[in-house]
This record gives sequence, structure tokens and C-alpha cells, in this order.
Amino acid sequence: MKFLEEKIFKLIMIGAAVIIMAVLAYIIGTVFYKGLPSLTWEMITRIPGGGFYLGKEGGVLNATAGSVFIITGALVLSMLISIPLVMYINFYLPKRSFFSAIIRFSLDILFGVPSIVYGAFGFALMVYMGIRASLLGGIITVAMLIMPIMMRSLDEVTRLLPRDLPDALLSLGSTKLEMTKVLLRKLMPGIMTAVLLAVGRGIGDAATVLFTAGYTDNIPSSLGQPAATLPLSIFFQLGSPVEEVQNRAYASAVILTIIILIMSFSARYFSSKFLKNK
Amino acid sequence: MILAKQLLDTLSVNPVTEMDSLSPLRKVLNNDTIRIENLDVYIEDQHILKDINVAIPEKSITCIIGPSGCGKTTLLKTLNRMHDETPEVRINGKVYVDDLNIYDKGVNVIDIRKKMGLLAQRPCPLPMSIFDNVAYGPRIHGIRKRKAINQTVIQYLQYVGLWDEVRGRVRSSASRLSIGQQQRLCLARGLAIEPECILGDEATSALDPLSTRIIEELFLKLKHKYTVILVTHTLRQARRIADFIVFMYLGKVVESGPTEEFFNNPKKQLTRDYLSGSFS
Repeated sequence: MKFLEEKIFKLIMIGAAVIIMAVLAYIIGTVFYKGLPSLTWEMITRIPGGGFYLGKEGGVLNATAGSVFIITGALVLSMLISIPLVMYINFYLPKRSFFSAIIRFSLDILFGVPSIVYGAFGFALMVYMGIRASLLGGIITVAMLIMPIMMRSLDEVTRLLPRDLPDALLSLGSTKLEMTKVLLRKLMPGIMTAVLLAVGRGIGDAATVLFTAGYTDNIPSSLGQPAATLPLSIFFQLGSPVEEVQNRAYASAVILTIIILIMSFSARYFSSKFLKNK
Repeated sequence: MILAKQLLDTLSVNPVTEMDSLSPLRKVLNNDTIRIENLDVYIEDQHILKDINVAIPEKSITCIIGPSGCGKTTLLKTLNRMHDETPEVRINGKVYVDDLNIYDKGVNVIDIRKKMGLLAQRPCPLPMSIFDNVAYGPRIHGIRKRKAINQTVIQYLQYVGLWDEVRGRVRSSASRLSIGQQQRLCLARGLAIEPECILGDEATSALDPLSTRIIEELFLKLKHKYTVILVTHTLRQARRIADFIVFMYLGKVVESGPTEEFFNNPKKQLTRDYLSGSFS
């Protein structure tokens, strides 16, 4: 009987793993199968030619560049806020502090807010401040979206840090700031994971940038200009009645997938390189 | 009138019995570096340390012994004010280091910790190279010159006998050392901030017998320059290396004195029971 139980549970676990891998393989397979034939060099390196929404000339460089600009900006912005916050609630506040409990609770709520709400909120904010749909608007809104993800995952890894290390540093006479600097090195893999999660969520999100970054056929040259993004370009292309343009949507999806892959591999590479002396 | 009352108060706070634990050490050595007076430590509502009065003589090894949970580590942590990090801990009483009460207002906690090198139970190398581990202390305390830092690092790595073992790889990660080597590295790291005292919190309990012996020999070498205070739960270790013993039970100091006297001629029944292994 016990033996049977063991077997059944093992089957369930293997089944779950297979389902996950199958879904992933199916999605990536479809995207590449449909997208690769339309993915030309022109698509990667050119901005849209005339009449893009109806036609099929030019490429999606405007959207690729816009997405990369927005996610980079949003990452920098959210790291500037999340790292100090996480360090504060973990190393400066006492372990069972009321304030840090409130912060964690609000992060959990922000985590669950749908991206379209961030988009609408960002839009309302921009109207209030008199900013038009722009790169800056997109960066701020995407940063709002990814900040809770980043903070929460950073917080989790920081809480797992063994208590010995802070104690060792303090007993050497470090100030809290000097201690935090060393601990950040130890936390580097965790920071990288947090960044990856945030990038994955932020770069593929269409709803946040729909109102706030706008759409354009050009590559933005300043923060005040509107910026196109890959998710939106996929959305518009899929909406076209022309089949060739629809296929270009899959090609855009291939580009998006590749950007995410490049980002995650380079993050892993640099974090392992940086951490030679961990 | 008030003055007289105050005088009476001070007299009644220090009855002869309390000074009892101080006197045996006093007889032998008059130059205590650390004096703990009427120390009470509470963690939340729990009374952890109860009216501790102990003097610790300089340039010798003092071992704090006692069963688990008797407050040895708590006592050790009061000496370098590590309790400051936990707000639940409340401390009453005085701890004099070189005639300065370290719990006085206006005492800089960093200065106190600089005086007290701590060796933890498990070695905890910093996430950096062997060299940087030792150089960390001097660097944060303001030594910038490369030459001076190099010299310090080599000097203390040699002192703990690690230099010859790591000579070719001081730039590689400290976490690749064996656990015994890591503990010596932590000792070198602590010595590099040039403390006056070395505090050891069961510093050999995670180590194998050979590494334990190396660390013990280092302690014996260290006592010529530093005041060494060790928490240990192995009586044999205390007997091997200690000059003075402080025996604690349930948050109180039961008996303290020179090692020979303590082991051969204990004064209290509780001490005799503990030494004979009636409880541990």
C-alpha cells in the first residue's frame, strides 16, 4: 500500500513537470515556427516603412529600441528604490517591527495589482502633471509595475541570509552602512534573480505602456518623446486582417523572446563573474 | 539626612556575599581589565542574567563555563555590546573596560567593538578573498595605505599560522578554505583590528580535534598580548587552557577563581556537582 502511494505521487510529480515543459515547448515552438519565416534582417534593423499597419515594409526596430529603453530605465529606477528599502527593513529595523510588517503587507497588495491599473494610474498621473505619452511616462509606469516584484523577491533572499554574517561584520566594528555594503555582495545572486523576474514581467507587459508610452514609428531620441514597445507592436500586428502582417507579429515575439534570453544569460554570466570571491 | 540614606543604600546594595565572587581573582591579580558590576540582562520579560559581579584579569585566559542556557553567550555579548542590535534586550548594571563603563551614555559602540575581537562559534568568512577578509577591519577603520595593509595582513596571517598554507592564493575566495583554516582566518581578521581582548564563543565546537588543538595553542599564545575570554561547554578544554574560571548556572555566577583552585578545591556544592557530572 505504501509502495503504491509512493508510486502514485511520483507519477503526479513527473506529470506536473511534463505538463509545464510541454506548455513552454508549445508556446516557444509556435512562436518560432510561425515567426522565424517572417523574421528577416530588415525586420530587426529597420523602423517601419510607409503604411505599416496595413503593409509589410520595414521592421520593428522602433519597438525593440523602445522596449529596451523602457525596461532599462524602469530597472534602474526601481533598483534605486527597492535596494535601499529592502536593506532598511532587513538590517536597520528590528526584526519584529510594525513598520516593516506594514511595508511587506503593502508590497503584497501592490504585487497583485493588475498591470492595466498601473497603466491607468500612470496615465492619470501624467494627465495631472501635464506630461504627454512618452518614454519617461512608460519608464515610470513600468517601474511601478516591477518594483513590488523586485522588492518582494529581494526581501525573501535577504531574510534567508544567515545571521552570523551581519554579526561578524558588526563585531569587527563596521557601521551599519559598511555592513550593508558587504552583505550586498553576498546578495548579488538574489539581486540578479530579482532583476530577471522584474525584466520578464516588465518587458512583456502591454497594458502599462498602452496609455503611458504611446506608439510611434520612430526611435525616441529623448525622454519626452513617445516610444513604441514590442508587446504593443505585436498587439497591433495581430489585429491586422492581412496574414503576412499577422505573421510579423510572431516574428516580433521571437525578437522579444530572444531579448529576454540574452538578458537572463548575461545576468547569470555577470553575476557569476562578479562573485568569484563569494 | 538624604546623604546618609544614600550612603546606607549603596552599602546595602553591595553586601559581602556579592563581592565574594570577585575576591578570589582579586587576590591573585589586581590588574583587571574588565569588571562587571551588578549586571542584569532581560530579554523581553525573561530575566537572563541575574546580578553578575565578576572581574576578569588582563593578559590571561578566562573561561566561562556552565550548562546550556545558563547565559554564558549572553554575558559574552554584553562585553562588546552586541545586544544593541536587538531592541528586546534590556541591560542594567555596569561593565568597565579599562575603567570606562561601556554602557555609559556617549560611549561609541564602534570603539568598544574595536577593542573586542570576537571569534564566533562557526567561522564566518566575509564574501571576499582571503586577503580582503583580513584587510577588511583595518580598511574600515581608516587605514588606506596599501603598504601598511599588506604588512598587517601578512603579519596576522603568519601569527595564526595560515600564511604558509595560503601564500599562493591569498586572492582566492575565503570560503574555499577548510573550516579549521576559516576559523584561524576569522581570528586573524579579528586581530587585525588590534583589539585588547579576544572573545571566543565556543570557538572550537564546530572544529575537528586537530583544528581545535591549533586554535587552543593560538589562545595560549595570544594571552601574552591579549585578555582572552572564552565561553566553552567542555570542561576539559577549560582545564587545559584557562587561567581563570567563571562558573555560571541559571543566569548567576556561582563561583569563579583560578583554574587549579576551581577544579581541585571548589567551594560551592553546586560546583562540585557540576564537576562530577551530576548535571550538565
